[in-house]
Amino acid sequence: MITLLEARGICKRFGGLTALSDVSLTIRKGEVYGLIGPNGAGKTTFFNVLTGAYVPEEGELVFNGSELPLGKPHKVVEAGIARTFQNIRLFRDMTALENVMAGHHIRSRANPFSILLQTKHAKEEERLITERAFELLKYVGIERFADTVSKNLSYGDQRRLEIARALATEPQLLALDEPAAGMNATETARLRDLVQTIRHDGVTVLLIEHDVKLVMGLCDRLAVLDFGKKIAEDVPAEVQRNDAVIAAYLGGHAAQKGAAA
Amino acid sequence: MNELALAIPWLGKRNPAAARWVVVALAVGAPLIAMLFGKSWVRILDFAMLYVMLAIGLNLVVGFAGLLDLGYIAFYAVGAYTFAFLASPHFELHLPFWLVLPLGAAFAALAGIILGLPTLRLRGDYLAIVTLGFGEIVRIFMNNLNHPINITNGPQGINMIDPLVLFGWDISKPLKVGDEITINSLFLYYYVFLACVVLSVILVQRLQVSRVGRAWAAIRDDELAAKAIGINTRNMKLLAFSLGATFGGVAGGLFAAFQGFVSPESFSLMESIAVLTMIVFGGMGNLAGVIVGALALTALPEVLRHVAVPLQQAVFGQVLLDPEVLRMLLLSLAMIFMMLLRPAGLIPAYSRYSRPELVVGKEAGR
Repeated sequence: MITLLEARGICKRFGGLTALSDVSLTIRKGEVYGLIGPNGAGKTTFFNVLTGAYVPEEGELVFNGSELPLGKPHKVVEAGIARTFQNIRLFRDMTALENVMAGHHIRSRANPFSILLQTKHAKEEERLITERAFELLKYVGIERFADTVSKNLSYGDQRRLEIARALATEPQLLALDEPAAGMNATETARLRDLVQTIRHDGVTVLLIEHDVKLVMGLCDRLAVLDFGKKIAEDVPAEVQRNDAVIAAYLGGHAAQKGAAA
Repeated sequence: MNELALAIPWLGKRNPAAARWVVVALAVGAPLIAMLFGKSWVRILDFAMLYVMLAIGLNLVVGFAGLLDLGYIAFYAVGAYTFAFLASPHFELHLPFWLVLPLGAAFAALAGIILGLPTLRLRGDYLAIVTLGFGEIVRIFMNNLNHPINITNGPQGINMIDPLVLFGWDISKPLKVGDEITINSLFLYYYVFLACVVLSVILVQRLQVSRVGRAWAAIRDDELAAKAIGINTRNMKLLAFSLGATFGGVAGGLFAAFQGFVSPESFSLMESIAVLTMIVFGGMGNLAGVIVGALALTALPEVLRHVAVPLQQAVFGQVLLDPEVLRMLLLSLAMIFMMLLRPAGLIPAYSRYSRPELVVGKEAGR
């Protein structure tokens, strides 16, 4: 399989705290890749490094064969990586449709002059953006709320809208930061279906999740972080049997030492 | 325009078409109505139009992009002084307005970028303080650049600025139609300013419903999320600052030509705050609200001047409260009540950044 993203030796420190130390992992094209670990393991930090919110002290990211610029979020999106947030971050005062349309920003070209003059090209692009945004709302199943101001949507629909907005940037890799957090069983099941549809349509998915059942059922492969280090990377069945992982989740250091000895 | 029409109480929602005509009729007929109360009211109306332009420009920065700018009047000053330098006896230059006005706008845009660059990382109160300082710096420069080389003529200001001359037609002189009717230049200025306002509204609306307007709204609502969907926040903020400043620059140039005189005291901090108050009062981010706010708050002090003094004389036999004092008092009271009763402004209708009817109009009447 073709490698889509390769992280090599990523280190990220905050003062004296090492949030990520020498993390390397490989995401293949077309898979659902899970990133799990106990609280504070560095999952979200990795996410933020990947999407350009943080600049790592060491290491590099190779995406689609070329090096990813570090610390430049808009370049990362342009390269084809989109993300959602652990605590939903929508544009509160815009409608659902407008949120998704805003997501098309990076893939549209109209400049202020063509907008002020309303050139044919600018008008056509605007119409296309509207149309595509509608399609994406349908894709995630909330098209009937197109005209609703996003802060008035229900929690689950806000999550879906955030995914639609991320998809609007036409990513090759969609990075979801705990998409099932706070969802009930039905909503989680629907989310699972949505992620599978997205993968089926050719977008690689990186999933950070606490819901172990969801991760195990959904991911092709997964990596486990603990205290900023990668302790395992394998298919779910293998990871479940991994002693270091069990120790990290259940027993802490004593158990880990015992397992190692 | 539609938003403005819809905002008319009672009529707006029942009959939008009629309401629209009411707006047009009011805009065109306003100086005639004002004339009934005296020429000075037409003059006030002219100034009101300039304030509307300023409010529209500032709304672009504060209302759309969410960048609190307390020094906006600096761009007005840049536009006005550019006009004064290039079209007055001060430097013996008399360039035509179609050259001077765009130049003023361009310099204002440049000033916008100069202000924008160092403030890119600032938000909220921090940004407000820096912009406030910027506004004061510009004014103090204007005040002191008469020594050692006289550039701005200091606090005396620049006099005898050329009036607007449209294709050889001097609009500061009354227009004679036939033998009977003469149209006062105040009217002519009003219609020129009105044309500028209408053009500004059209341009700003186009920006609002576009990828640029949505990017600004995104930055305003959540800057981190805006970055995460690939918006280059640096460029978009600079664009907001410079485009907003452009409107201020044009308004400033028109002001210089209309007044024939500029001096630093026209560009004090109070003016910046006055324009910001208009926006907050009318409804931030909403074009109709901003226009109504600007009109209402330009008219208020003048009404006070004409009503308060005679009223006090009639009741107390003397003037106890100066209209200027009353103005600040009533303005603050108005703001306090506004914040309590209608925190989103006079016309809090939410702004649109898309036109879904482009696609779904026929398919489903959603």
